[in-house]
Amino acid sequence: MDIGLIHYLSVAAILFTIGVFGIFVNRKNVIIILMSIELILLAVNINFVAFSTYLNDISGQIMAMFVLTVAAAEAAVGLAILVTFFRNRGDIAVDDASVMKG
Amino acid sequence: MPDLSSALHLAASELTLAVGALVLLMVGAFIGDKSARLVSILSVLLLIAAAVIAFMGPWGVAFNGAYVADPLAIYGKSVIYLSAAVAIVLGDGWMKRTHIAKFEYPVLIVLASVGMGMMASSGDLISMYVGIELHSLALYVLAAFHRDDVKASEAGLKYFVLGALSSGLLLYGSSLIYGFAGSMRFEDIAAFAQNNPGPGLVFGLVFLICGLAFKVSAAPFHMWTPDVYEGAPTPVVALFATAPKVAAMVLIARALEGGFSEAHAQWSQVLVAISLLSFVVGAFGGLAQKDIQRLLAYSSIANIGYALLGIAAGTSEGLQAMLMFMTLYVIDQLGFFAILLSLSKSGRPIRRIADLAGLKKDRPVTAVALTILSLSVLGMPPFSGFWGKYYVFGAAADAGLWPVAAAGLVASVVAAFYYLRIIKLMWFDAPLDEIATDKASPETSLIGWACAAFAFPLVIVGLTWLEPLTKVASAGFGNG
Repeated sequence: MDIGLIHYLSVAAILFTIGVFGIFVNRKNVIIILMSIELILLAVNINFVAFSTYLNDISGQIMAMFVLTVAAAEAAVGLAILVTFFRNRGDIAVDDASVMKG
Repeated sequence: MPDLSSALHLAASELTLAVGALVLLMVGAFIGDKSARLVSILSVLLLIAAAVIAFMGPWGVAFNGAYVADPLAIYGKSVIYLSAAVAIVLGDGWMKRTHIAKFEYPVLIVLASVGMGMMASSGDLISMYVGIELHSLALYVLAAFHRDDVKASEAGLKYFVLGALSSGLLLYGSSLIYGFAGSMRFEDIAAFAQNNPGPGLVFGLVFLICGLAFKVSAAPFHMWTPDVYEGAPTPVVALFATAPKVAAMVLIARALEGGFSEAHAQWSQVLVAISLLSFVVGAFGGLAQKDIQRLLAYSSIANIGYALLGIAAGTSEGLQAMLMFMTLYVIDQLGFFAILLSLSKSGRPIRRIADLAGLKKDRPVTAVALTILSLSVLGMPPFSGFWGKYYVFGAAADAGLWPVAAAGLVASVVAAFYYLRIIKLMWFDAPLDEIATDKASPETSLIGWACAAFAFPLVIVGLTWLEPLTKVASAGFGNG
């Protein structure tokens, strides 16, 4: 069986769904949310690279490079905010982020 | 195909800001937190210079279509940079009084402005994503800027998680659009969508709209807004309520009307649904609020609904209406927040709506200004907010969306309740306690009064130059 575009897209769609569910269903730990965000971005990267090869067009791979770079910066900013949150609360459970109702 | 020097010339305003931000970061790093005032002043000058450069600059397309400097982008950028400059002025004194004055605050705003400029100028999916992330990353940090405050760090965390999720949705949509249309550039996507906007492309488009709706805090993607408005430092919220909203609205106009002009039937339904929901959530959600900033959050949700209605119309008049509405709204919001920043009792900022009771006694001028701004935001003629809504509803009705425009009118009547309550509290209720409000800092009061004076009566004069400017901006859209 040949591995074609549709297989890559399916894997990416599954990873993306897992990532989105990871953010909404997870009630435990903010670190898991950060991992889910990373999963979403990587799923998108699979999409871009698969389309890029399929279309024989380089710009999808350039986009994948940008996404990787931004994902690294995003993780750094996210962890920094998480550290200030931990300093103030002494815990990083998701349910603790509820000083303000909403 | 323009050469590099003319491309750099087109992007001069962003380049100025980017290089300036790095220089300011160096200044701050060498002098330390004592330099907060100096860096603030320089940042304000830098932003004003960037606005002038953008306004005077040439029109054109650069970097293989990734960067578009058309009148729409130029108009958007001028508004964005100037409102960011006001947010720095508002923040400088406040940060000092709250003992969190740091030179990073103005630098982060300048960095966010680079991203917002990129958003307004993006001509393909890559520059759109890079612009959004450049401004988001700076804004996440700004939301958590008061790092010893429980609420601020929680606001930063919530904003970060939901913002990152929205970026993910937007990216997934972009990847589908890229795959099915075969190009990153909005122009090529539009040419492809003309022939057959297949299900794959529409699917991607819906994801893209969801991601962008998060950024402008339109319902049903508004859940971060009240918490971030309540938790983040007030001058930062003044920024959130203004410049990023303008940037994201211009970007939505550019992506949808530039990239999907032929698929108008598909996206205008989605936008109409989002605006209707925003009206309802904004009008009814605000009724029960006790915190002023939470109230302003719901007010902003409803107002974003009105602005989206202008884009949903899909016409040049709709685009013009959106630009008018956003400009007048930004001035109102800056005035609101400036007045909020100028009010404090025994050193503590006023947070509850009830604390405004009896304001006419010790701060009559401020009470008048706040009354004018409230009437303006609720859309009472002849204040400035009325004119914004007048244009938006007119454009929507012309495009056949008059039932939605009627729903918007009803929603603004409901929302009028909470603005009128503020006015009643200030003028007719007795103060809660005998403590007088503290002496206000001059810059916040002045900005608040100036914005109120613009809301009425200067708006009548303002409209005569705003109208032709926005007309040029919307008519020249895409002809960079």
